[in-house]
Amino acid sequence: MGFKNLPMTTVKPVGNKEALFSSELRAEIDRWISKYPEGWQQSAVMAALDLVQADNGGHLTTELMDKVAAYLDMAPIAVYEVASFYSMYERKPVGKHKICVCTNVSCMVNGSDRIVEYLEKKLGVKLGQTSQDGQYTLKEVECLGACGGAPMFQIGHKYYENLSPELIDSILDGLE
Amino acid sequence: MVNEVCFRNMDLDRSWLLEQYRSRGGYDVLARILQERTPPGEIVDIVKASGLRGRGGAGFPTGLKWSFISHNAPGQKYVVCNSDEGEPGTFKDRDILRYNPHQLIEGMVIAGYAIGATVGYNYIRGEFWEPYERFEEALAEARSAGFLGKDILGSGFDFELHSHLGAGAYICGEETALLESIEGKKGQPRYKPPFPAHFGLYGCPTIINNTESLASIPVILEKGAEWFKNLGVENSGGAKLFSISGNINNPGVFEIPMGTPFSTLLEMAGGMKNGRKIKAVIPGGSSAPVIPGEQMMELTMDYDAIAKAGSMLGSGAVIVLDDSNCMVKVLERMSYFYHEESCGQCTPCREGTGWLYRVVNRIESGRGRPEDLALLDDMTTKIAGRTICALGDAAAMPVQGMLRHFRSEFEYHIEHKRCLVG
Ligand SMILES: Cc1cc2nc3c(=O)[nH]c(=O)nc-3n(C[C@H](O)[C@H](O)[C@H](O)COP(=O)(O)O)c2cc1C
Ligand code: SF4
Ligand code: FES
Repeated sequence: MGFKNLPMTTVKPVGNKEALFSSELRAEIDRWISKYPEGWQQSAVMAALDLVQADNGGHLTTELMDKVAAYLDMAPIAVYEVASFYSMYERKPVGKHKICVCTNVSCMVNGSDRIVEYLEKKLGVKLGQTSQDGQYTLKEVECLGACGGAPMFQIGHKYYENLSPELIDSILDGLE
Repeated sequence: MVNEVCFRNMDLDRSWLLEQYRSRGGYDVLARILQERTPPGEIVDIVKASGLRGRGGAGFPTGLKWSFISHNAPGQKYVVCNSDEGEPGTFKDRDILRYNPHQLIEGMVIAGYAIGATVGYNYIRGEFWEPYERFEEALAEARSAGFLGKDILGSGFDFELHSHLGAGAYICGEETALLESIEGKKGQPRYKPPFPAHFGLYGCPTIINNTESLASIPVILEKGAEWFKNLGVENSGGAKLFSISGNINNPGVFEIPMGTPFSTLLEMAGGMKNGRKIKAVIPGGSSAPVIPGEQMMELTMDYDAIAKAGSMLGSGAVIVLDDSNCMVKVLERMSYFYHEESCGQCTPCREGTGWLYRVVNRIESGRGRPEDLALLDDMTTKIAGRTICALGDAAAMPVQGMLRHFRSEFEYHIEHKRCLVG
């Protein structure tokens, strides 16, 4: 067969990987690496970016992406490509709580416009912005696969469905 | 006749636990296959005869797909499950992961046995953190009970299964983009052929199926191909999960036999909200062309009936719209989505989706031109069928459907610079 599929690794492995991340973070990344075949540690890049981003308060920096590249024996550009392709990676600082509001069709016909409007007013930001106090980022997202609970949003790992202004108040009050 | 396949344990308290799954006969089929050393070809034949068609959207016969991989071919092979669930309107795989994860695991182990694969991955969209945790718990339970890992139930058969988390990209639902994504790259679809059965994950023979397809397997093998097939209708075997949402009272996921009248499904979902009139239905996820409400009320939910009406059953995501909706606005939102999610590899898709969105957007915002509808018609034919993956078609089809059935609403918008409704 004329096709080959090899890892994109073009860089020499760096020696001192222990210095790149804390031991907890390394253990987490290593757990992901162990799921993939020998030599395919780059398969763990998505999980590694997610872990590193969470560890850094919600966003990635070039320095962190370079460290992920070094840790996984990848070319930095290959990591930047991944980090810029997927919507859950943030390459600019975000608020402590990222509110991801779905505005796709099922949510739209159930009033997601009003939800966005309410949040914008309450938080004093527009979609895509972070509040002055650094507490909240408001982000528009595509269908999150929870259309039965429209309108809905995600904060952190959690979905909140069947939103109303009252419910939003109590959700935001309950955040740490 | 509801909840017989993927939802067979939905009535149980904490249905996701191993003991609950076991109480409904879970893992019995796997145990029997391993004990009797059922010839793998026999399993593939049963899946073929069951009439199961891929539940991810394309409806490709599952058994036929499996038969493309020779069980005896040497080397590593993989089973991959597509839990990326991103097609707008679809929210059924999330429920399988949350409420019946063990049935998916059992289905994947059986698939591995059938094609001779020892490793599987379940690609779960990154936003599904809660379902992912549920699935991980189930994996741990299955491992410690000996249903996963080395030498399963003392049979000598090994199968290891891992989750892989996405990070937000609709295109990763496309099977080859998904494989690229597991390989640690941008999720950009590959040219086909070669198909994954020959050149899949890490370049190895791979079968990739939707969550619901794989979770259906244990029940098909338990109750038999005929039983499953006869649940449904000609060309649409079995029961299927329908995610129904929109302007209805009781949105949710319903498992009903293929061929069930749409009107029955709508009734199960509580009917129209606020007593409004049904205007239109998108029957198979946002890529499926819209069908006018009255016509939809006469149709049954199966591949042939929906195809005859000019649309597709797709992933079984039914979006119901009432007469308060402006179809121009609905289409604008859908076109925005495809533009956002195009991976950018092919010019007709990358440029075309942006162009479609901008033209629909200008009609919606009262800047439409008389020639715009002809322009849209023309553009869709220049995108569909001319791209690497089906996202191009998926962007074109909703536009074609809307212009076919609601053209006058678009014309009104262009002429009067405002909505016909509202
Ligand atoms: C743009 C695009 C998005 C897709 N998204 C999904 C998805 O989210 N889930 C899914 O199972 N299949 C999706 N598919 C279909 C897959 O490519 C593939 O056909 C399917 O996973 C095969 O499994 P099945 O035969 O069991 O349906 C998508 C296809 C395209 C072109
Ligand atoms: S059709 Fe669109 S999404 Fe699919 S490969 Fe081409 S550019 Fe990417
Ligand atoms: S449309 Fe909002 S979750 Fe699907």
